[in-house]
Amino acid sequence: MRDFYGVTLPNALMLGTAQYPSPAVMEAAFRESGASVATVSLRREAGEGQGFWKIIQSLGVRILPNTAGCHSAKEAVTTARMARDLFETSWIKLEVIGHADTLQPDPFGLLDAAETLAADGFDVFPYTTEDQVLAQRLVDAGCHVLMPWGAPIGSGMGLNNRHGLRMLRAALPDIAMVIDAGLGLPSHAAEAMEMGFDAVLLNSAVAQAGDPAAMARGFALAVQAGGLAHGADPMGVRDMGVPSTPLLGRAWL
Amino acid sequence: MLAPWCEGVTAEPVVTRLGAEAAAAWARVTPVTRNGTLVVALDRDRAELARFARRATGHQSCDTRDVEPDLPRRQGLIFPDEAHLDPRRALADLQAALAAEGITIEQAEATPEDLSGTVVDARGLSAAQPGLRGVRGEMVVLHAPDIRLSRPVRLLHPRYPIYLVPREGGLFMLGATQLESASRAPVSARSVLELLSAAYALDPRFAEASVVELGADLRPAFADNVPRITVRGRVLHLNGLFRHGYLMAPVLARQAADYLLTGTRGELLHED
Repeated sequence: MRDFYGVTLPNALMLGTAQYPSPAVMEAAFRESGASVATVSLRREAGEGQGFWKIIQSLGVRILPNTAGCHSAKEAVTTARMARDLFETSWIKLEVIGHADTLQPDPFGLLDAAETLAADGFDVFPYTTEDQVLAQRLVDAGCHVLMPWGAPIGSGMGLNNRHGLRMLRAALPDIAMVIDAGLGLPSHAAEAMEMGFDAVLLNSAVAQAGDPAAMARGFALAVQAGGLAHGADPMGVRDMGVPSTPLLGRAWL
Repeated sequence: MLAPWCEGVTAEPVVTRLGAEAAAAWARVTPVTRNGTLVVALDRDRAELARFARRATGHQSCDTRDVEPDLPRRQGLIFPDEAHLDPRRALADLQAALAAEGITIEQAEATPEDLSGTVVDARGLSAAQPGLRGVRGEMVVLHAPDIRLSRPVRLLHPRYPIYLVPREGGLFMLGATQLESASRAPVSARSVLELLSAAYALDPRFAEASVVELGADLRPAFADNVPRITVRGRVLHLNGLFRHGYLMAPVLARQAADYLLTGTRGELLHED
């Protein structure tokens, strides 16, 4: 398992804490998923009042605060600093949204905020696209983990640009990468893990399922399966059939 | 809104099952309009409507032209057995009904410890029960006398789901946000924008409505968002009604009364 800023996680599943029908359902989903990290939004969900925050703490998993909903570097940096004080962690999932419809990250604001936060001692997990140039710049800025999107947040489309994601994985083999956003089905998560990504982060796919706990279990199994497959060095793909039974030595009837 | 089948899409099954008796209970003390609930989605969000239909019970497909002809035409779902009431009038009517029975209401600051005998504590978040949290909700009251709705309308939307409840005098209650925050600050500009944008998307004439009132407060809720009666000695705590206050208050009250009068332990009763 890859190192995330000096932390080796027990598994490769990270789960969000928003949009569940109730905190009790969220707790059940976390139990079934075995997720090792919970992302928490500071802006709207934990701003005041300890009730929900106590429930999240009781999950017993590592907290990854995020800057969801921030549309500028300045806003994201301010939110990250508040999150560090509130959640007592240097980890921050950095989101700087650039487009209201697609929720696509703003690459310029993201880099700006990542530079500021990394210099300020944060362990930055930037939510980014599969763009290699931006990824390299983020690494240069001090990010040791990248979180490329699979597809727009909440879309459930899976891995929209497989070629781009493969290129990114190959270009930065030493950087931990978490596929974040856009996953809708366990098969999407398995595919990401098969491609060599180190973890997946999801929220809507589980929280909006009719049975979030069952879907969480499905994702847990898929992440495990994909990771095992990647580690097992899968066979190559061919464009013609290759018989699995030798042709030579067949019985002559 | 008395909408146990719509709420059942996200609420625990007990809310639908026990909430189904709310309309009849309230009708004994206040006017209840039993015209059902209309659920619609924008063209872009038809998948939301299909998903809602899969997960809800007690509904039929409909054309809005047939049930709410004043709205832009869309496909929708009608929940014929749901109902709505005016909550402020309902409280006043409830108080009048109690007064007619010779029951008076006194207002004073007190905790259960200050009172003798059996105490029913229904103070919401002020009771500070273990596991109780506040969930922020914000709403807008609009005056749009040119728009005529005969039943609550829910607009499904992946980001800004809303409901509009018609009241007398051309008023509409537009709600409601649901934020895991215990802030009692005034309604945020963002929430107003989201709620009004969704109302405008439902029917552009809402852009001409007057904003009569903005409201923000906290819903007391337990982790499963299901209300409960907690028995602690001579004190019964009735709490955690979340967004189901009018829907679940009748059954909660009935189960509390049953426990006190006959010792019957209802489904919502918890021993501390």
